[in-house]
Amino acid sequence: MQGFLHQLLSGLANGGIYASLALALVMIYQATHHVNFAQGAMAMFSTYIAWALIDTGFSYWAAFGLTLLFSFLAGVTVERIIIRPVERGPALTIVIVFVGLLLILNSLAAWIFGYTIKSFPSPFPSTAWYGSKYLSPHEVGMIAVTLVVLILVFLFFRFTPLGLAMRAAAQNPVSSRLVGIRVGWMLAFGWGLAAAIGGVAGMMAAPIVYLDPDMMSGILLYGFAAALLGGIDNPWGAVLGGFFVGIMENIAGAYVVGTELKLTVALVIIVGVLVFKPAGLFGRTLVARV
Amino acid sequence: MTAILELRNVDAAYGPTQVLKALNLAVEEGGISTLLGANGAGKTTILRAICNMMVCVSGEIRFAGVRIDGKATEDIARLGVAHVPDGRGTFLDLTVEENLRLGAYTRRDKGIGTDFDRLRGYFPHLMKRLRQQAGTLSGGEQQMLAISRALMLRPKLLLLDEPSFGLAPLVVQEIFRILRTINRNEGVSILLVEQNAHLALELADHAYLIETGCIVMGGPAGIIARDDATRRAYLGY
Repeated sequence: MQGFLHQLLSGLANGGIYASLALALVMIYQATHHVNFAQGAMAMFSTYIAWALIDTGFSYWAAFGLTLLFSFLAGVTVERIIIRPVERGPALTIVIVFVGLLLILNSLAAWIFGYTIKSFPSPFPSTAWYGSKYLSPHEVGMIAVTLVVLILVFLFFRFTPLGLAMRAAAQNPVSSRLVGIRVGWMLAFGWGLAAAIGGVAGMMAAPIVYLDPDMMSGILLYGFAAALLGGIDNPWGAVLGGFFVGIMENIAGAYVVGTELKLTVALVIIVGVLVFKPAGLFGRTLVARV
Repeated sequence: MTAILELRNVDAAYGPTQVLKALNLAVEEGGISTLLGANGAGKTTILRAICNMMVCVSGEIRFAGVRIDGKATEDIARLGVAHVPDGRGTFLDLTVEENLRLGAYTRRDKGIGTDFDRLRGYFPHLMKRLRQQAGTLSGGEQQMLAISRALMLRPKLLLLDEPSFGLAPLVVQEIFRILRTINRNEGVSILLVEQNAHLALELADHAYLIETGCIVMGGPAGIIARDDATRRAYLGY
């Protein structure tokens, strides 16, 4: 029973990372109807920036803040310069641009920072009081940081005029322009925000999976599974899906398929959702009164 | 009287298909002009051309004396042109209040509370439903919401695309009565596209007849309404 509880809770901690990444995917999907395959690579690159900042002597939380700022600006820049020219292109063009972006970021990170696996510090000391036999302090911290980020994102979208304008621009770009919203910039901000959220996921994951250019590829698969399970157009669903996938992965890994086959859990979920319930658990089929 | 909106020699096309040809028209400051014509004549395209939305436009468009052709849709809105588009353009998933706040998005002042009071005077029923999701409103209420959202911009010019579309006659009369009040009380100029020629000619002071992308007749609404050819073609008596 204790073992089970441990698996459950550490699954919840991993789930926070999947939830963040899934949320980033959903934010971009809602605005553009494309799944950003480079989301994980962007998060990985952000994590390298954080590592470089810490390496040059910044304190962890200063590096954390600067990395978020960098990720946001980088996300905005990527949308403006790389995505915008192909925005109206056919779906395949955009998918290829995403894959290209993924490869470029992967190679760039390896070129600048090297292929050797690096360790990444956790801001939560391993002897902290909030650790227990079920959860390490880093796992507790991970859950807390994820929840804070998710709540901040929710408050931003729900209560600020800019958040409202971003929701409007994603939902109805034509009408948004008619009330004076600069839709192009709203998309760019969405990319920036998604990149920053991904950056948090990367920095939280790195102490566990270690820092290397491929660190996020597995995590991105779980993120996809989470987003699809929750319904790719529903941010709440994606977050719940993330925690659910985290728990499923850990429990299946411990009791059913073994740790070597853990990643197949994500693939099984992806295929299962697409075959049996393409809208996801909380996604909706669009109904509107006309 | 000066014109708040002026179109000179305007052509418009969707891709290779030209829709408007050498169009000239004007809306007087504080006036109501209406565009009448059959389906597909190009009425909606004229409104889209003014807002530079979905069409390619050439020619000269002036708003309050300033050229706006070639400006981005959002910049034209920021000048004070509120467009209630074909299909109402409601943000269906957002609440009534959020829709209204979006209408005031470009305004920097804090007078949104007084605007809500003003709208309560025009649309008391709608303003009781601020927390309701806009997609669940009835057709008439959605049209009222669309007009309210446009008014939140504090526009100088209101472009309305078939406000009567799909609504019950009583609701349509109510909306037209309110449009007249808005025009008189707030001095908002209106350019109205309408299928219901009878109502439109009653409301407007100026009317244009559009046929296949050209203006075939233009003049004071009273004279157009008495013209035999118009009556036969558009009013049915």
